[in-house]
Amino acid sequence: MKKRFFVVLMVLMMGFSLFAAGCGQNAPEAPKQQASGDEQADKDQGQDKKALKAAMATDVGGVHDQSFNQSAWEGLQRAEKELGVEANYIESQQEADYGPNLETLYDAGNDLIWGVGYMMAGAIKEAAEKNPDQNYAIIDFAYGDESPENVVGVVFKAEQSSFLVGYIAGKMTKTGKIGFVGGKRGFIIDAFEYGFRAGVKYADKDAEVAIQYADSFTDAAKGKAIANQMYQNGADIVFHAAGGVGLGVIESAKENEKQVIGVDRDQNSLAPDHVITSAMKRVDNGMYNTVKAMAEDKLPVGETVVYGLAEGGVDIAPTSDKHVPAEILDEIATLKQEIIDGKITVPFNEETFNEFKAE
Amino acid sequence: MNKRKRLLSHSFGITVISILMGFIVGAIILHRTGYNPFEAYGIMARGVFEKPKYLVQTIINSTPLILTGLSVVFAFRTGLFNIGAEGQFIIGALTAAWVGYFLKLPPVIHVVVVFFAAAIAAALWGGIAGFFKAKLGINEVITTIMLNWIAFYTQNYFVTLESFKKPDSEASYAIQNTASIVILEGWKKSQAGREWLKNHPIWRDVLKTDFNWGFLIAILIAILIWYILNKTTLGYELRAVGFNRFAAEYGGISVKKSIVASMMIAGALAGAAGALHVMGVSHKVSTLATMEGYGFDGIAVSLIAGSSPIGCILAGLLFSGLKYGGSKIQYTMNAPPEIISIIIGVIVLFIAMPRLIDAIPKAVAKIMPFVSRRRGEKHVG
Repeated sequence: MKKRFFVVLMVLMMGFSLFAAGCGQNAPEAPKQQASGDEQADKDQGQDKKALKAAMATDVGGVHDQSFNQSAWEGLQRAEKELGVEANYIESQQEADYGPNLETLYDAGNDLIWGVGYMMAGAIKEAAEKNPDQNYAIIDFAYGDESPENVVGVVFKAEQSSFLVGYIAGKMTKTGKIGFVGGKRGFIIDAFEYGFRAGVKYADKDAEVAIQYADSFTDAAKGKAIANQMYQNGADIVFHAAGGVGLGVIESAKENEKQVIGVDRDQNSLAPDHVITSAMKRVDNGMYNTVKAMAEDKLPVGETVVYGLAEGGVDIAPTSDKHVPAEILDEIATLKQEIIDGKITVPFNEETFNEFKAE
Repeated sequence: MNKRKRLLSHSFGITVISILMGFIVGAIILHRTGYNPFEAYGIMARGVFEKPKYLVQTIINSTPLILTGLSVVFAFRTGLFNIGAEGQFIIGALTAAWVGYFLKLPPVIHVVVVFFAAAIAAALWGGIAGFFKAKLGINEVITTIMLNWIAFYTQNYFVTLESFKKPDSEASYAIQNTASIVILEGWKKSQAGREWLKNHPIWRDVLKTDFNWGFLIAILIAILIWYILNKTTLGYELRAVGFNRFAAEYGGISVKKSIVASMMIAGALAGAAGALHVMGVSHKVSTLATMEGYGFDGIAVSLIAGSSPIGCILAGLLFSGLKYGGSKIQYTMNAPPEIISIIIGVIVLFIAMPRLIDAIPKAVAKIMPFVSRRRGEKHVG
């Protein structure tokens, strides 16, 4: 028995060493690339200062989630290309990974550590308190007065872009019925919902908006079921703010030959004939601008930076002109200016929405 | 005796070879996808052993895995497949968060109350599957899988309750400090603690993690389970049912009672994992988008452990080391962290087919005489 075991072990060892010899030759390619990246960065800065390092920890969605985390990573990659910053990311598999992952990024000597998504708010705050000399940033969360001195909050006025797409929906609906599919209730999705409803009301006082939540950000089948129901009840345009659930909503629009409005990124490519516009939330711009501020030594630590229409943080999708008539887009341009000038204050929760309705 | 010893070393040998195979297959895949496997494994090893705090983190992460592994092992010894460790873990965690937040008790007592409340709740949860199996003959694999989802949505429901959910978050309120099992938690956040730690960087590093008593408790439980299985009447009965339920029944053992008891104890173990996780690491429960996988990882841990309670400790540590170290290869060299899942999958695969490994020396023995052109020679060296 014992002998047999050794024979197996020997065979394995032999196999392994053969293979090891094979791969010894073409190994060190990756570091080379990195080195040239460093050189590039040095050239860009015109001095031999060490390249800044920024890294992000994703939430459990992972970096290729077609939405939020992916957009964030695109922002960091752009910073890598244009600012010569060294960018990297780490994915979280479980919620319990947030803390250890942030610690891994801390050990790697990053100059700025990002938490992507408000789910990570607690972990970022804890890490910031443990490592007071390290700068952190978080997307979609404002700590307000409780903000640690070394954290930048980046939030988006999603209600503004939702208002604009709501206006488009209100103008374009033929049945006078519009749907809204939310992910999970909370202050983030509230901004989408009430901004959208306000936009619809602003365009057409009599249009109805049916609202339903999927209680999930991932369940595409549920999104499809909800949207099917809405379309059957006479809605002809549905807006979703529900992450992965929205993929089901778009699928439903395709099958029912109805129109749908995308979210976060320009989702027209998912269904070119049915996605009429998207309420874009430029997480990538938020990431990029913050890293840029760091490169210029102007990192607004301890503060919350708000990205709205004026700052290019939110907008409607550039492909909107494919489906939306030009005269509506002209009106949108005017509305944008009015929002930027403060003539229209877009509601972002129930309270402000009721005030808005009263006006 | 001699035979048993041989059997043991045989299964241990298979485990070692399977682990090796896992690493080799992982290395081949890494190599094929353009990463240097030695660099990757080096980073993983350093990611676990380089600093005391990494080791501590590995130990922390292993705690729930050891216990869910034990849960699966325990049921398996009675001939039951507990696929429901995941759901039992969730029920344990939810109960722990609930009792830990709403009850207000003095320090140590609170921990004990939370622990037993969670274990009992999860025991009842596991007992449901045992009851259905014993009374109605419904396969426990099916019921436990369904109970997983019921537990999943139960937790998601409770986290939406106004009195329990922390506003502007996806999680419950944190448990009271009295229910925390994090070592020196109060002190390390105090002024004096911070001052002292500033001058002792190693301790500062170690205590930066959620270092908690959970691992110690898990080891004690593993020893207890070993004792119950091997040294008590209950354990004897349960194992007898696992070997041959008809023979056990003939021998006067109540099979039905044993099935329910086994599932309840398995449930309690997974629930204990959930409780220690909440009291030691997360301090709260969140709405779940997908299963977190502590229970499913427990199945793999139990396989690697060869259904031995003490083996669960080692397998849990291996598993947690792989996962924790593996998270660093993605960051450092952009290699896909899924490689870890592949390694673990291959390990489990090979452990699940011991006859394949047995067949390797036979195949070698067959080829060898052909290679050396000397008929009749069976062994090399």
